[in-house]
Amino acid sequence: MAPKNTVSRREFVKDAGGLLIGFSLADSAVLPRVLAAASPETVTAPPANRLDSWLRIDKDGIVHVFTGKPEIGMGVGTAYAQIIAEELDVAVDRVQLVMGDTGSTANQGGVGGSTSIMLGAKPLRNAAANARYVLTQLASKRLGVPVSELEIADGVISVKGRAKDDASARVSYADLASAGDLNDALKVSGEGFSLNISGMGRPKDPFTYTIVGKPAPRTDLPPKILGQFKYVTDVRVPGMLHGRVVRPSGVGATFVSMDETSAKAIPGFVKTVVKGNFVGVVAEREWAAIQAAKALKVTWTPPKQAFPEQKDLYKYMRSATPKASATTRNFGDAAAVLSSGAKKVEASYEFPFQSHATMGPGCAVADVHKDGITTVWSGGQKPHDLQKGFAELLRVPLDTVRVVWVEDAGSYGRPGFEDAAADAVLLSEAVGKPVRVQWMREDMTAWGTKGPAVICDLAAALDAQGEATAVQFTSRAFSGGETHFRPDAAGNYLGAQLTGIPNTTGVDEFAQWGAEAPPYAFQNVLATSHVVPAFYDSASPLRTTHLRDPEGPATSFAVESFMDEIAAATGVDPIEFRLKHLDEDRANAVLTAAAKKAGWDARPSPKKSMGAGDIATGRGVGLSTRNGTYVGTIAEVEVNRKTGAVRVTRFVCAHDCGLIINPEALRTTIEANLIQSLGRSLKEEVTFDRSNVTSVDWKTYPVARASDVPDRVEVVLIDHPDLPSSGAGEPSSRATAAAIANAIFDATGARVRQAPLTPARVKAALDNIRST
Amino acid sequence: MSVASLKVNGRVRSVDVDPACPLLYVLRDNLELNNPRFGCGVGQCGACTVLVDNKVVRSCRLTVGEAIGKEIITLEGLESGGKPHPVQAAFIAEQTFQCGYCLNGWVMTAKALLDINPSPSDAEMRTAFENLVCRCGSHVGIFAAVRRASQSAKRSA
Repeated sequence: MAPKNTVSRREFVKDAGGLLIGFSLADSAVLPRVLAAASPETVTAPPANRLDSWLRIDKDGIVHVFTGKPEIGMGVGTAYAQIIAEELDVAVDRVQLVMGDTGSTANQGGVGGSTSIMLGAKPLRNAAANARYVLTQLASKRLGVPVSELEIADGVISVKGRAKDDASARVSYADLASAGDLNDALKVSGEGFSLNISGMGRPKDPFTYTIVGKPAPRTDLPPKILGQFKYVTDVRVPGMLHGRVVRPSGVGATFVSMDETSAKAIPGFVKTVVKGNFVGVVAEREWAAIQAAKALKVTWTPPKQAFPEQKDLYKYMRSATPKASATTRNFGDAAAVLSSGAKKVEASYEFPFQSHATMGPGCAVADVHKDGITTVWSGGQKPHDLQKGFAELLRVPLDTVRVVWVEDAGSYGRPGFEDAAADAVLLSEAVGKPVRVQWMREDMTAWGTKGPAVICDLAAALDAQGEATAVQFTSRAFSGGETHFRPDAAGNYLGAQLTGIPNTTGVDEFAQWGAEAPPYAFQNVLATSHVVPAFYDSASPLRTTHLRDPEGPATSFAVESFMDEIAAATGVDPIEFRLKHLDEDRANAVLTAAAKKAGWDARPSPKKSMGAGDIATGRGVGLSTRNGTYVGTIAEVEVNRKTGAVRVTRFVCAHDCGLIINPEALRTTIEANLIQSLGRSLKEEVTFDRSNVTSVDWKTYPVARASDVPDRVEVVLIDHPDLPSSGAGEPSSRATAAAIANAIFDATGARVRQAPLTPARVKAALDNIRST
Repeated sequence: MSVASLKVNGRVRSVDVDPACPLLYVLRDNLELNNPRFGCGVGQCGACTVLVDNKVVRSCRLTVGEAIGKEIITLEGLESGGKPHPVQAAFIAEQTFQCGYCLNGWVMTAKALLDINPSPSDAEMRTAFENLVCRCGSHVGIFAAVRRASQSAKRSA
């Protein structure tokens, strides 16, 4: 159906008289980032085979780029601008991005898997290369010289060797773009993350780059720091109301009745919305909505006792019949070697549920028009998936729902911004007006999705010479995709589940040897992974999904700790041991670079002279290999033998993600990953009782604070212009927990195998050595 | 509801609100000042920080009634004469922050800290910042920015 009050993209382009043409985008394409309803172009993604779906140049020479990949706080927008500027030979500040608006950007699958540069930049680079090709062809015609006699600087094409003030030998992109249809037929390949285009224009040779690879200040930071930036929390549309949700008293509790008297008495109260077990309130002002939600008296059936006691979590995971199992590696006959009576090293590692606990609780604005165009403003990482899911939730055609991505707080996966947006959709549908919902802190920390708890059991056989010859790996984990990381179905959302829509799209995602930790080689390897069934199949506060580097931190905590344990058992330096079992030049390079920077004391762990004072010091290493990215992390720690408290005094991190786009933004992203994962390693653990998550705020879900920050954090970047860029958003958060655990062992001889590495657990491990 | 006069960023603003309403919602919802941000509502993260009579205050924990008659400054009000505050300039120079949702609390607290202690030691800085949350983990850049702001204040003194 034709959307009402909307100009189709074709009409828009036709009216404007061409494609790469001189029209001002100020009203139509740039503003939609914040306020699209006033002048939408289209609702659904533009065709990927047209150059102007990706890139347009306006009469002022500004290059407008349209990408389905949002910025989630790591500076990817600036990196994209550098890539475009490089191919077109314009200054970085001439490039402006429209990100993640389903009405004006191609569906690139949104953000995920650290692929925004690795995959998402490809079509943008190719679009710019094609624009350059087409513009050069036009300039050749205009100036009457072959392309080979042209040169480009700062968006102006000129004839080589002619005077700078010779106007007859120069033409700007802006002038050419005003001339008419510059579109180029593009070939499209792949879809989602892998969507790519190609045409006659070829990207530059990376060895000739002058913009890519140089530090560029992040374009989003000055407006943010100066207080001029608008997040999704700051979207205001005319007639907008405020909503809050009221969650059940626990998992499985169902709605019985409510008493609205007190809520209705609050000035500005508009309506209570009940749909199955979904309960929300709508009010004119935000504070009124908060008060009304608090005042509303809802009677629920008693919740299910669906969860075990927290202390029995890992026992439960071991005893539960797996929902799915897979043998992911099987070389030689590890089981036979391990049962042959050889000397064995065995250890089990446990990693808890963790919360995304985003800085801003989920927020969205929805303006539902079931007979017209619905617009949803959300900071979720995958806007095109949300469009599909909300169309299903509202039972309306896809081309009547527009999702406009507007930056929210850092999301680190699928945190619940998606669920908050669905709440806004449900409330707006119920009241027939635009509704802004922001979750309260407990809605986010307790009811947001969770990263899965993971157990890894490892065993190694040592031969008579003390060489490790066989390794067996068995993981038991809740699925990383029980709530699918692609939020493209109505059943994906918490609010929808509460209305009775089942979650039918979950997938079994395993914690795997070799994928979530380095693929070390031994003569015999047997790796098996099991998925533990979810505690409760609908609207559970312990539903699991992607949280930064899904199963990576947990699996790497196990495997990287275990490599250290084998190295210690065989009396080998931990770095030397790793290199012996992982014959990869780039792994070698990051470990060597980190060791050199840290002044690594090459010797077996634990260290011999531990001293007798309260404070013991040590160093540990962890390696991360992830989809072409290599990270070597060294942690130096102080362990208080009396209290078990651990302080990381220094991180050294060597990082190789192929071709570097923006070394400055990359460095700050790695630093932040190290600190965030420090908190996850030492502090973060979702707590729960039989029916509820009891981590509800920053006290009950502590994260890294100023006092936890190491005295020194040093990042070594290894650039590889000869290799394509790989991911950098997640790999450096992977090896931190093991590096710290290995440093604790080096300092004290105590091995902590359960994360987070709290004082109580470290103290117990210390007491354990004393007693043996 | 009652009409309250609030002095915000040097201007007197009248709002018709419940005096028990936390200042945060009035700043955001009535006055459309975006930078005091909702993070937790219980005073544990600092995202809603404002300066009240030059002291850092969690605007989610202060009622409108309590704010009447006091000088309220938000991040929007830090710059003067169109120029960024030196603390803001230092954060920009250090390229601090990932998503930046929390930055309001850090920048406002850094400003207040440097006002009373122009050369904070590392330990003093950590103490001043201990009650703030940055979920992304941008602390290294935050510390660097405060050191830079402190140095530049010394140079220009």
